[in-house]
Amino acid sequence: MSAPALEVRGLEYAYPDGTQVLRGADFHIHPGERVALLGPNGAGKTTLVLHLNGILTPDGGDVTVAGLAVQPRTVKEIRRRVGIVFQDPDDQLFMTTVRQDVAFGPANYGVTGEELDRRVMGALTAVGMAGVVDRPPHHLSLGERRRVAVATVLAMNPEILVLDEPSSNMDPASRRELADVLAGLEITLLMITHDLPYALELCPRAMIMNHGRIVADGPTAALLGDRELMSANRLELPLGFDPSLARPERLPAP
Amino acid sequence: MSAGHAHALYVHGDSRVHALPAHVKLVALLIVIVAVVATPRERVGVFAAHAVVIIAAAACAHLSPRFIGGRLLIGAPFLAFAVLLPFVGGGDRVVVGALSLSVGGLWGAWSVLVKGTLALAASVVVTATTPVPALLTGLGRLRVPVVITEIAGFMVRYLEVIAGEMHRAKVAMAARGYQPRWAWQGTALATSAGALFIRSHERGERVYDAMLSRGYQGRLPQLGATAATRADWARALALPLCAAAAAALAVIG
Ligand SMILES: Nc1ncnc2c1ncn2[C@@H]1O[C@H](COP(=O)(O)OP(=O)(O)O)[C@@H](O)[C@H]1O
Ligand SMILES: [Mg+2]
Repeated sequence: MSAPALEVRGLEYAYPDGTQVLRGADFHIHPGERVALLGPNGAGKTTLVLHLNGILTPDGGDVTVAGLAVQPRTVKEIRRRVGIVFQDPDDQLFMTTVRQDVAFGPANYGVTGEELDRRVMGALTAVGMAGVVDRPPHHLSLGERRRVAVATVLAMNPEILVLDEPSSNMDPASRRELADVLAGLEITLLMITHDLPYALELCPRAMIMNHGRIVADGPTAALLGDRELMSANRLELPLGFDPSLARPERLPAP
Repeated sequence: MSAGHAHALYVHGDSRVHALPAHVKLVALLIVIVAVVATPRERVGVFAAHAVVIIAAAACAHLSPRFIGGRLLIGAPFLAFAVLLPFVGGGDRVVVGALSLSVGGLWGAWSVLVKGTLALAASVVVTATTPVPALLTGLGRLRVPVVITEIAGFMVRYLEVIAGEMHRAKVAMAARGYQPRWAWQGTALATSAGALFIRSHERGERVYDAMLSRGYQGRLPQLGATAATRADWARALALPLCAAAAAALAVIG
C-alpha cells in the first residue's frame, strides 16, 4: 500500500498547566480515505488537530504527513499539506474581504498574480461561494462563513483536509449544503464531529477518541451500531436513528 | 457577532478618505502628529487651527464628532495624570479660589491634554477609515521594519479582540436587564473584566493559530494593497500640510 496520508504514533501531550490531554494516540489514514473522529467533549480531539500541523509540539510520539515528519524544519511545508478548518469560522476569517482571506494561505507560499486569482476562484467555486468573493466575511451567514473557511484551506492545495466540528450550530439547510460540498471534494478527509448521522453519511470509516487515546476504529455503521461502545464513550444517536437502516448514500468511489 | 471582533476600530464607509491607500494616510497622520507635537504650548490659536484640520478630515471621512469623541475617551485614562501636574509642579504659583497651582504645571497639563487629544483624534480618523490588514501592509510599504509592524499588528489585534468581547459581554448583560451608561460603570462589568481578558486572550490565540496554519510567518502578504497616484498624495496631504505650515510659522515667529 502507498505511504499513509497521515500517520500519528504514540502521541502524548500535556498543556503547560499540567492537564494531560493526549495519552498515546495512534492511527493512520490512507490517501483518499474519509474518516470521522468521534468522542465526548474534552477527549482531546482539538488538541490532536493542533499537533497535525505543528502548532503544538508533542511531549512524546510523532506525526508524519505523506512521508514527511512534522518538525520545526518541515513545519512550513507541513502546513501547506494539512489544511485545518477550525471550529469557529470567526477565528479563521480575519481579512477584509473573502478574496483576501482565501488568498492569504497561497500568498504566504509565494503564489501571486493570475495564479493566485485562479486559486482563489477555484477554491470558492468548489464550495459554491464564488459569488461572495468581494464581500467582507463578517457579512455572511454562519453556513456561508463555514464554506468560505473550507475554501481558505482548499486554496493551498492540501493533501489532507481536517475539519473540527464543521456542522456545529448550523441550521439544517446550511448543514445539508456543507455536506454536499464535502461529499463533492476529492480529497483525503479527517472530520471531527458530534453529529453522528453526518459522520455516517460522509465517512465510511470512524474512530472514537476518549481520554486522549483512540479507543475504537472501524466502519462507521458498525461503530454506531455498537450500543455498548457508544454509551461507554458518551456518544448518543439522535432519537429514532438506526444506523443499520440509514444507508450511507454517498460512499465515495474507491 | 463576528463584525465586532473582526473590525472593532474600522468603520465601514465609502468616503474619499476610506478610498485612499493606507500608506498615504499613514504619512498624512505622521505629518499631523509631528505638527501638533512641535507646536509651542503657548500658541493656543495654532492648536485651534490643528483642531480645524482634524475636524475637516473627519468630516471628509463621514465620521461624526460624537463618534470621534467616543473614541477619544479611550485615551482618557492616559491623560488623567496630566491633571496632577498643576498640583505637584514647581516654580511660580497662581491662586485659584482655595487652590494654589503651579503655573508651569498648568502649562504642562494643558500641553499634555491638547497634544495628546489632537494626536489621538488624528489617529482615530485614520484607523476608522483603514482596515487593520491594510494599515499593516501600509506600514510595510513605508519600509517600517517587520518587527515593528508585527508588534503593532498584535497590539491592534488584541485591542480589537478585546473590544469585540467587551461588546458581547455588554450585550449579554443587557439581555439580563443590566444597563450601564458607560462601559466602565457598574461593578458587574468590572468584576467580569478578568474573565473578559482571558476570553479575549483565548480568541486571540485561536486567530493566531489559524494564521500560522495557513503559512503565516510574521509578514502579512501584500493583498489588496493599492498603488498611490499623485492625486491620492495631493488629496491626503492637503490638510496635514496646512497643520505643518501653521506649526512651522508658530515655531519661527
Ligand atoms: N489551552 C489549554 N490549556 C489547558 N487546558 C486545555 C487547553 N485547551 C484545552 N484544554 C483541556 O484539554 C482537554 C481536551 O480539550 P480539547 O482538545 O479541546 O477536547 P475536545 O476537542 O475533544 O473537546 C480539556 O480538558 C480541556 O479543558
Ligand atoms: Mg474540540
